[in-house]
Amino acid sequence: MPETFLDQLIYMFFLVLKIVAIVVPLILTVAYYTYMERKVIGYMQIRRGPNRIGPLGLAQPFADVFKLLLKEIVLPENANKFLFLLAPILSLAPAFAAWAVIPFDDWAILANIDAGVLYILAMSSLGVYGLIIAGWASNSKYAFLGALRSTAQMVSYELAMGFALVGVLILAGSMNLSEIVMAQKGGVFDWFWLPLLPLFGIYVISGLAETNRAPFDVAEGESEIVAGFHVEYAGSGFALFFLAEYANMILISALTALFFTGGWLSPFEGVPFLGDTILAEGSIFWFLAKTVVFMFIFLWVRATFPRYRYDQIMRLGWKVFIPITIVWVMVAAVISVFGLIVRGS
Amino acid sequence: MNSITRYFKSLLLIELGQGLWVTLKYFFRPKFTINYPEEKTPKSNRFRGLHALRRYPNGEERCIACKLCEAVCPALAITIDSTQREDGTRRTTRYEIDLFKCIYCGFCEESCPVDSIVETDVLEYHFEKWGEHIMTKDKLLAIGDRYEESIAENRRQDAAYR
Repeated sequence: MPETFLDQLIYMFFLVLKIVAIVVPLILTVAYYTYMERKVIGYMQIRRGPNRIGPLGLAQPFADVFKLLLKEIVLPENANKFLFLLAPILSLAPAFAAWAVIPFDDWAILANIDAGVLYILAMSSLGVYGLIIAGWASNSKYAFLGALRSTAQMVSYELAMGFALVGVLILAGSMNLSEIVMAQKGGVFDWFWLPLLPLFGIYVISGLAETNRAPFDVAEGESEIVAGFHVEYAGSGFALFFLAEYANMILISALTALFFTGGWLSPFEGVPFLGDTILAEGSIFWFLAKTVVFMFIFLWVRATFPRYRYDQIMRLGWKVFIPITIVWVMVAAVISVFGLIVRGS
Repeated sequence: MNSITRYFKSLLLIELGQGLWVTLKYFFRPKFTINYPEEKTPKSNRFRGLHALRRYPNGEERCIACKLCEAVCPALAITIDSTQREDGTRRTTRYEIDLFKCIYCGFCEESCPVDSIVETDVLEYHFEKWGEHIMTKDKLLAIGDRYEESIAENRRQDAAYR
């Protein structure tokens, strides 16, 4: 620990540097994730997607950002001004703060805390407040309906998500994200996706619901309630919600990679011939590649499925996911107690 | 039995997987989109675009002010005034088409006994000021002079079917 004031200053400086090193690439990823979304969905609809601004349309996200930031900030007449302005910040801050405990590699982590999973759950639950407050403070019936819907949805799916993580915790025997990854060491079939296959599927699907993405995007529901909780937002306020939504999607993708597919561990570990080469070594590259795969799945699902009806969402969450997760948590406990898999072999 | 298979089908997300497989196949399909300003779709020689007034090869304007086009125009977009020229022929003093009224039906071209008013295959044009959408006789003749070659070629290709 730092002792003198100067030591503390230097410590602070490097801390801020590390935070910048995480947040700036994250914002850039969000920008290009929107571009990727438009391209992927376009390709799946046999279109080309944006290709006008810059080579291959690569400058498109920046054009969008400048357009949004230069727009007038509109405050609705009857809105609660303070909460109206607070809401976008409230939804963005937790989405970024959660990245503090994400291990990109076994050395690249901002805060290697023992209660990492709890911290992640806390942060993703906080995000819903931004949504609720936005819907309430707008003083608009569409926004209010959107907020109600997303609240109910996030509360129900957080349960399934939490239970899915309980399975991971039982097998890993730790809440520290780095230790969870290290418990999966030993190759593709030692990752947790195999013993926890139902939980893996449920985690991915609940992740879609948690981030209010299609097919669970009733909170936005363009065709019914215009844009849900953020109808009244324009310009930079809207941009912040947008940023938060995409940052959350990337976060869920990264978490899926960490919990179920071995984080930074290489899929070639223990494979003959390749097992001794550099490919088999865990690196940040593998973590990012896995994250991108799950990010693609988000877009793929959006391009494929129509929106769920509200009662179907509730049925799926409460009557299907929660029973399955409870059963599989017991299975995971049995696996763990009888030592059917060896931790970190 | 049937309900049991249906239960497991929905539990294992089989139909959803099939849906995902379809979109993945489409992901790799060649794209339909035409990059418009660089690429253009083929146009029929019967394409009805911007209007033009044609001339005979000796430079004499074809229009004889019979006003058949004015009479047939369903949108009342054409306005014609005529007079007798010194050589005794009847000519227009004013021939105007309001392009905001025009519905590009091509009746004027079909009704014209001397193939004077035609619709060219030009589709890329715009107006920047109020009033520019009224095509005067001078403007129409200028368009005809400019695109005479393509107009004549399109009429020649279509002649056998008229």
